[in-house]
Amino acid sequence: MNTAPAIELRGISKSFGPVQANKDISISVQPGTIHGIIGENGAGKSTLMSILYGFYKADKGDIYIQGHKTLIPDSQAAIAAGIGMVFQHFKLVENFTVLENIILGAEDGPLLRSSLGKARKELASLAKEYELNIDPDALIENLSVGHQQRVEILKALYRQADILILDEPTGVLTPAEADQLFRILDRLRSEGKTIILITHKLREIMEYTDTVSVMRRGEMTATVKTAETSPAGLAELMVGRKVLLRVDKTPAQPGEVILDVQDLRVVDEKGVERVKGISLQVRAGEILGIAGVAGNGQSELLEVLGGYADATGRITINGTELPLSGPGSDGGARRMAGISHVPEDRQREGLIMDFAAWENSVFGYHHDKKYQSGLLMDNKGILAHAADQMQRFDVRPPDPHLAAKNFSGGNQQKIVVAREIERNPDVLLIGQPTRGVDIGAIEFIHQQIVQLRDQGKAILLVSVELEEILSLADRVAVMFDGKIMGERLAETTDEKELGLMMAGVSGGRS
Amino acid sequence: MTKMPLWADAILVPLISLFLAAILSALVILGIGENPVEAFNLMVDGALKRSAGWGYTLYYTTNYIFTGLAVAVAFHARLFNIGGEGQAMIGGVGVALICLYIPWPHWTLAIFGASVGAALFGAAWAFIPAYLQAKRGSHVVITTIMFNYIAFSVLGYLLVEVLRPAGSMDPASATFPEATHLPNFHDMFAPEGSRMFRGAPANVTFFLSLAACVLVWLLIWRTKLGYDIRSFGKSETAAKYAGISPLRITVIAMLISGALAGMMSVNTTLGESERLILNSTEGAGFVGIAVALMGRNHPIGILMAALLFGFLNQGGAELALWTNIPRELIVVIQALVILLTGALDNMVRMPLERLFLSLRKKDTV
Repeated sequence: MNTAPAIELRGISKSFGPVQANKDISISVQPGTIHGIIGENGAGKSTLMSILYGFYKADKGDIYIQGHKTLIPDSQAAIAAGIGMVFQHFKLVENFTVLENIILGAEDGPLLRSSLGKARKELASLAKEYELNIDPDALIENLSVGHQQRVEILKALYRQADILILDEPTGVLTPAEADQLFRILDRLRSEGKTIILITHKLREIMEYTDTVSVMRRGEMTATVKTAETSPAGLAELMVGRKVLLRVDKTPAQPGEVILDVQDLRVVDEKGVERVKGISLQVRAGEILGIAGVAGNGQSELLEVLGGYADATGRITINGTELPLSGPGSDGGARRMAGISHVPEDRQREGLIMDFAAWENSVFGYHHDKKYQSGLLMDNKGILAHAADQMQRFDVRPPDPHLAAKNFSGGNQQKIVVAREIERNPDVLLIGQPTRGVDIGAIEFIHQQIVQLRDQGKAILLVSVELEEILSLADRVAVMFDGKIMGERLAETTDEKELGLMMAGVSGGRS
Repeated sequence: MTKMPLWADAILVPLISLFLAAILSALVILGIGENPVEAFNLMVDGALKRSAGWGYTLYYTTNYIFTGLAVAVAFHARLFNIGGEGQAMIGGVGVALICLYIPWPHWTLAIFGASVGAALFGAAWAFIPAYLQAKRGSHVVITTIMFNYIAFSVLGYLLVEVLRPAGSMDPASATFPEATHLPNFHDMFAPEGSRMFRGAPANVTFFLSLAACVLVWLLIWRTKLGYDIRSFGKSETAAKYAGISPLRITVIAMLISGALAGMMSVNTTLGESERLILNSTEGAGFVGIAVALMGRNHPIGILMAALLFGFLNQGGAELALWTNIPRELIVVIQALVILLTGALDNMVRMPLERLFLSLRKKDTV
């Protein structure tokens, strides 16, 4: 039996200018195992995998595949060495069929027919071997996210990958889809494939991996057998200090209804009804969590409340009705009405990535009188205010002149959260507060949200992370296909019940 | 993290690009059997050595500053206004109407009135494409370029049928009254009896264009409207989130852009020809695109680029006058400059970035 490690990295270093993304990293992955790599954002996981897949060239160090020293100058070489990569954002052609996507870049000759025929046969045997069933003639755009991911895995297997790297594979999946994925990975492992799983979710690491490596600030701080570690231990290794994994909060003291939504309907540009008559209420001093798989109308709900999508129905804040279309329904008016909004996608919505942090610190509020001096903006005042705010919200580095794109995900989110919470709003809308945010920052952001709740504010939380919803929200409403499937108290429900509702199985009560 | 210092990004990269363009141009000149060194000397001689040469160079520069600023303002809202040519022509109509039909007592008032007229007419001409873009999604590149042709025809019609004085065979308006004539550089700077700047068209409008640079800088980087414009230009989804209306910003940015392009006609129509003629824009609307591109949409960069293109235009005219190098070659040189500073910018930037990175690494090790 071949006992050489499937992959061995020796002394890999890589720096981008003065930033050392990987520092002397050595790791050895045994064949036929699932090896987890965990670390905060910016710890260097992606860089390391990019080196392995030939996107970057290491400054120093060697790569050994199955015991042989291998040079990987580009992704072609990585594929030739038997490495397959499943990216977080799929690289599929939406309007091609599964089969066409699979042979893309691996065609045998100028004519497609023979490649397609061969691929069809190959696909059938792969499907049988690994229980990866999928219709080869289905168009990608008609497939669910979970199935699209399978196509990515099949693509790698078709190229004879023995080593599969998966980058944050469950970020877009329902709990059930994630379970299926891990069943597939389990199967692949039993067939002798080696799997590297990059994730920030401790639970996945604990449940599914054999070995786990922890990265922090470009260094590999530890590689341990999963069975011999604990979530708290891993978290501490990741962050470098003890971390509170549970949200520390007292029971909610709900007061008056602040935000009242009745029979809200949203039709998108293509004429598809995305929100189908939902009603909900958020009281002062409570957090209402909206759970659901991405794309079931939660985003539209936030957009309407935030003032950048039209809707019909009735929304009141403290008893005052808000216009839902036309003048007075834009983001500025919503902010005047006391709604602050931490949007789901901080990079596309919440921040202007090219703007400096100080400019972003007033984004959306830049028309306020207090930020003007005469005809011009009071840039000095804004700058001072931003510098102070960054100190208080522990944004790192606390340099207001740095462009938003140069902060890590967690620190970008802190900039947005600071801006919105500092407004002292009556209602805080917050979408995916910790998506792509490192553990240390998650703790901090959760504390901020709970603090705002305890000041008697109404908070509407949308998240696709069930764990987050369960630990942060006081009440949970599940959205599926534009409707609310039901509401539960966070303390009396569990992931299983909510998971069913997320898949459209009504919970009976509503 | 910035890859290289600001000065290298803003000055070194364009300088190297320019140098490469100059080498390529020299090869072309060699190819048609002329001496590139002599040609270069001739250009410098004609455009920069004598005061009259400066008088022409700065006249063109003034035009390019206005049109360059026009393109830049729209570009900050990620709108590509290539209709500066048409907006300037229609701006000229505004200047002519204001100067012909209002009896101005003094040029200081006339230049104010003419600026307002030029800006209003230019803005109005930009409004239609802006509105179509904002409301109907008709791409502003397509509509503004079409509007250039329409503007040309409208101008022709107005000059032949409406503004032409009875009995004149020339498609041009009547000459504006004496009181509106702007002082040119000769009037302003030449000592009594000196020939300094004589016959050159550069006039007081040059200072108006400098003021426009300052105002545009203030607008874009110091006002909330500028903040709106830049936000919208960087990310439309984020702008919507922040409550910035795409429709409003599209229209306003194009209005300002059109107004600036229109104001170029204060220089040409009021400052130089002192009547409205057919082709006073001379392609400056298009050169403005290159100027904004090379000037990185920043007023200081635009000022520099406008100077360069003014020099090229004037120097090129000299070349055509004194050598066998055809005037078209200047267009080739301009094209090379645009190609290297705009389209092939990364060709110079990337190796330079790498150079700076490796230099810095040495420092840190």
